This record gives sequence, structure tokens and C-alpha cells, in this order.
Amino acid sequence: MTVVAIDRTATAVPTELAHGRGGGGPASKRIVVAYGFWIFILSDIIMFAALFAAYAVLRGNTAGGPIGAELFNLRNVFIETMCLLFSSYTCGLGALSAERRQPGRFLIFAAFTFVLGAAFLFIEAREFAHMVAIGAGPSRSGFLSAFFTLVGMHGFHVTSGLVALIYLTAQILVQSLQAAVLRRLLCWSLFWHALDIVWVGVFTLVYLMPV
Amino acid sequence: MSAGDHLFEDRTPGVEEHESRASYLTYTVGLALAILATIVSFVVAQTNLLWAPGIPVGLIVLALAQIGVHLVFFLHLGSGSDSTNNILALAFGVLVVFLILAGSIWIIANLNSNMLPMPML
Repeated sequence: MTVVAIDRTATAVPTELAHGRGGGGPASKRIVVAYGFWIFILSDIIMFAALFAAYAVLRGNTAGGPIGAELFNLRNVFIETMCLLFSSYTCGLGALSAERRQPGRFLIFAAFTFVLGAAFLFIEAREFAHMVAIGAGPSRSGFLSAFFTLVGMHGFHVTSGLVALIYLTAQILVQSLQAAVLRRLLCWSLFWHALDIVWVGVFTLVYLMPV
Repeated sequence: MSAGDHLFEDRTPGVEEHESRASYLTYTVGLALAILATIVSFVVAQTNLLWAPGIPVGLIVLALAQIGVHLVFFLHLGSGSDSTNNILALAFGVLVVFLILAGSIWIIANLNSNMLPMPML
């Protein structure tokens, strides 16, 4: 019988191999910060899951009021989807330019991201205003309460994302692209991409799914 | 570049690394795939391309595919060693989301089918 000797000599492991699994010392700050923010995003998505569950349960309870198919304009929803998708794309390119220390490009991409996000919000606000105007507000039926809560919560997240983008851009203009600001930008881009993932659930389950 | 190339490079732990695995191409490929999935979703929902009772399943499959595209191409969750923890956290998140959704729909549907009809209440 052979005894397997375990090598306990300390070996120098470079930081690239140290990614938070114990060996080789601490992972880089960038990875740790992104991981923490990722946990926040997942908890946010779990909150959205509760709203999705409420919507799925209540979608049939129209209390004699209008059903989804009568209210939703799928052409507008498609435009909204494209706005958010392209804004996610320019956000990614902006984060990439910032990482490559190209502030000019970053500002252009950030402007595109902001305009596309604002266009999304504008179309959504117009849709909400129209629904309230024809008497299909959140107090009309259980279905509409769930609809306004779920889609409104997503819209609220987009709004706070736009506010944070202004704040971040101001910070980059004032403090330039230093490491701490870049980490904030990384977190913000994770948030923005996650909002797009939530929207995929919204347009599939709320707007496209037949009752 | 493999990890072996870095093996003996000196670097203080915690120091920022600026090498990015992403590129313009990654995002563009992701965008193209996401647009494709979106368009197919909208077409499937509004035409009878799919057998009507299969439309919900088709839409869910397309949505999951698009979420996968977003995770890989936009959020850069890959098989790299620095996303192991993120993927584990994601797996737990997906479990909780599944429990909330499936559990709520199941329980409420069960309660609903056990309700007395309105006139008998």
C-alpha cells in the first residue's frame, strides 16, 4: 500500500489564478466588487420574480374590464424592446471604451445609451397615460394592478439607471477614468444589462404570451 | 493567452488588471443574436407559424435563449475561472426564482380550483 504524500509546500500562485476560491491570495478588487454587485442584482431579480408571479396569478382576473390583447400595442412594445436592447449594446461599448481609457468614445456611447433609455421611458409613460385615460388604470382590475406594478417597477429601475448614468458621467468628467470610477461604471453596466434581461421576461410573459 | 503564460509574472494581490476579455465583436454578435431572438418571438406570437397550443412553450424557449445570449455576450459569464463564483450565485438565484414562480402559480391554481362557485358563497 502506498501512502500518497500531500505536497504542503507553499507555492507562489499568481493573482490571475486567485479568483476567490481560496488559493493564491485575494482576488483583484474589480472581481470582488463585481461579485458583490452581482449578488445585489440577483436579489433584485428575485424581487422581480415575486412581481412576475403576482402577474401570472392575476392576469386572468380582469373583473369585466379590458384584457391585455385589447390594451397592448405590440408595435410600440417592439420599439421599446429595440430601444432597450440597443441601449444595452451602447452601454457595453461605452464600458469597454472607458476600460480602454478612451473618454471621448465613452461620452458618445453614454449619450446614445441615455437617449435610447429615455426613449424607452417616454414610450412606456405614453402607454401608461393612454391606459389611465381610457379607464384602464391600476385600480380597474387585479390584472391591471399587477401589470402596472410589474412594468412600473421595471420603468422605475430604468429611471434610476438613467439618473445614475448622469451622476457617473459627471464623475468621469471631473475625476477622469481612475480605477474607482471604472469599478462604479462596471457595476452600472451590470445593472443596465440586468434590466434588459428583466425586460425579456416582461415582453415575453406580459405582452406576447396568449392568455 | 493561457494562464500558464502569466504563471511567473509578479503582481501584488489586489492590484487592478485592465485586460478585458470583451471586445466590440462580442457585443455585436450578442446584439445580432438578441435581435434575432426578439424578432422571432414577436413573429411567433402574432402569426400561426407555430401550432397554437405550442406558442407559450416556444416563447419561453426563445426568452430563455435570449437571456442566455445576454448573460454570455453582455454580462460575460463564461467558463473562465473568475466567473465560477458568479455562476454559482446565479444558479442559486435561478433556483429561488423558480421556487417563487412555480410555487405561487401552483398554490394559487390549487386554491382557485378548490374555491366554491360565487353563488354558493
